[in-house]
Amino acid sequence: MAEQTYRDAIRAALREEMARDQTVYLFGEDIALGGPFGVTSGLAQEFGANRVVNTPISEGTVMGLAIGAAVAGLRPVVEVMFIDFITLAMDQLVNHAAKLHYMSGGQLRVPLTVRVQGGVMAGFGAHHSQSLEAWFVHVPGLKVVVPSNAADAKGLLKAAIRDDNPVVFVEHRGLYAARAEVPDGDGVVAIGTAAVRREGADVTLVAIGRMVESALAAAEELATQGVSVEVIDPRSLCPLDLDAVVKSVRKTGRLVIAHEAVLYGGAGAEIASQAQEAALDYLDSPILRVAAPFAPVPYSRPLEKRFVPGKEEIAAAVHSTMRGATVRPQPQNRPRSG
Amino acid sequence: MWLIRAFEERVSELFQRGQIGGLLHLGIGQEAVAAGACGALGRDDYVFGGHRAHAHAIAKGADIKRLMAELAGRASGYCRGKGGSMHIAAMEAGFVTATGVVGGTIPLALGAAFAAKERRQGQVAMVFFGDGAGQVGPFHESLNIASLWQLPLIFVCENNGYAEFTPLSAHTLVERLADHARTYRMPNATVDGNDVLAVRKAARGAAARARAGKGPTFVECLTYRLRGHYEGDPAKYRELSELREWKRKDPIARFTSLLRRKRLLDEAEIENIEREARATVNEAAEFALGAPFPDPEEVATQVYA
Repeated sequence: MAEQTYRDAIRAALREEMARDQTVYLFGEDIALGGPFGVTSGLAQEFGANRVVNTPISEGTVMGLAIGAAVAGLRPVVEVMFIDFITLAMDQLVNHAAKLHYMSGGQLRVPLTVRVQGGVMAGFGAHHSQSLEAWFVHVPGLKVVVPSNAADAKGLLKAAIRDDNPVVFVEHRGLYAARAEVPDGDGVVAIGTAAVRREGADVTLVAIGRMVESALAAAEELATQGVSVEVIDPRSLCPLDLDAVVKSVRKTGRLVIAHEAVLYGGAGAEIASQAQEAALDYLDSPILRVAAPFAPVPYSRPLEKRFVPGKEEIAAAVHSTMRGATVRPQPQNRPRSG
Repeated sequence: MWLIRAFEERVSELFQRGQIGGLLHLGIGQEAVAAGACGALGRDDYVFGGHRAHAHAIAKGADIKRLMAELAGRASGYCRGKGGSMHIAAMEAGFVTATGVVGGTIPLALGAAFAAKERRQGQVAMVFFGDGAGQVGPFHESLNIASLWQLPLIFVCENNGYAEFTPLSAHTLVERLADHARTYRMPNATVDGNDVLAVRKAARGAAARARAGKGPTFVECLTYRLRGHYEGDPAKYRELSELREWKRKDPIARFTSLLRRKRLLDEAEIENIEREARATVNEAAEFALGAPFPDPEEVATQVYA
């Protein structure tokens, strides 16, 4: 066990998997130079430019190339520099990667990992900050993982690379420098297993991606106010470890879900819906969601700060659910004109 | 070519009788492209089709019965009834997949060519697409990358003059799509797509280049579909005189008359080829229509590997 940054843990997973399996290839823009965040630094020198492949700025075609290579026997990891640019690769990812196994009646396999990074940080604005994971959760055939710390980043990336299905691996730019203890050895984390980050008795708080940090901070503060919060990190949004959520809700009777993506149509809606279907009798209070307003990601610092939910909003939602009250829908969370 | 023609004519009949459903794009009149181009390949090579891909799967050696069963939505079809006409895959024959998205398989073929190049066993990839695909972005991106990385890939453009209902001239000022290959510094040729020998010659040259590590080639085949864009399309957007003119250039009739002229086959032998093709297809249709449908409970199986 050694402390490592999220960035280094991702690089370690790539390096170890490339050494372990000669069919693992990396594709992406500028990756041979390390990419804009240094995640792939040194890998081209270690494994050669034929396996760490710099591509032209052609997201859709590079995605298709990786899918075709996967079908033909390689195990590609394609990096989309910003999740916002995955819009350019949606046809290949949604119509081809996700469906080829099914449409071919099982003849084809697409062992593909799509590394994307996103999230709000440092005024990157509307085209370099989004959280679009919910789109992929809605596509049968894809798996979606959202690691919140270095150990999971390494363990889930290894699982994604070894998986015979396309996996969208969503990194958060704001976590690259975050340090955590990372187990020695493989440390593979099974896709579809949640982790309890903090045990508690009064409220279940499901937090996705970077929101886990804020959720733990809120839980710490709430503990001093006599509220015991259980923080669950689903780690994988598709498949979702519903059992872990339900088990916790049966104990606490209350559920709050926090994510950085916009609330409307977000992954939290699916978690809330499934949780109430499975555990309505145990709920003492409406399920609440804490998420971004229904708006593009703004640039200016105060607007950006207002956009991302923080520990205050999470703590406020926990207090509301403790009161058992329904919450008036916030107008900024819905489509509106003006 | 006769097998492809017989297959598609039979499929058309079954469609009209409601025994085959869905969106059906036939390539009757374009058989020389698939037959000629796939004639340059081996079983281990990869072929990708577009949405009009029955011919390419057959030419690559797909089993007619399993293909027919797939179109009829049967469990014994290549894709267990989950794919249908636009999503045929016959991996055992090296026909990887077709697609419902115009230009959708071009990047996939690029990936197969990349894998083939890394494997160094002399495999090549070939992708078929129509003139309409020349206007999608991934077409250009793929030409660029294939050329940049010198991938063993053969682009086969079936230029039948119409992108869906619209003549090519209304979509682009570029009359010859092979011109795009020139932009990306890729060897290219435009050939008579209704002349199976001309297509085969161009494809053989391209395959030899690819296997020798000399990169991709673009082969544009000028042809014509004698049917509508899909079955049921009355194709009112084109003149009957144009259709009549192209019927005279029917690739099968042209090739058989060449065989006659050169005295390579006699009349009885030619008739026999057609008869055998129709018998094979009839047998496949009988097999397909008599085969069981998939269990409805299979609807959500094979979503993940």
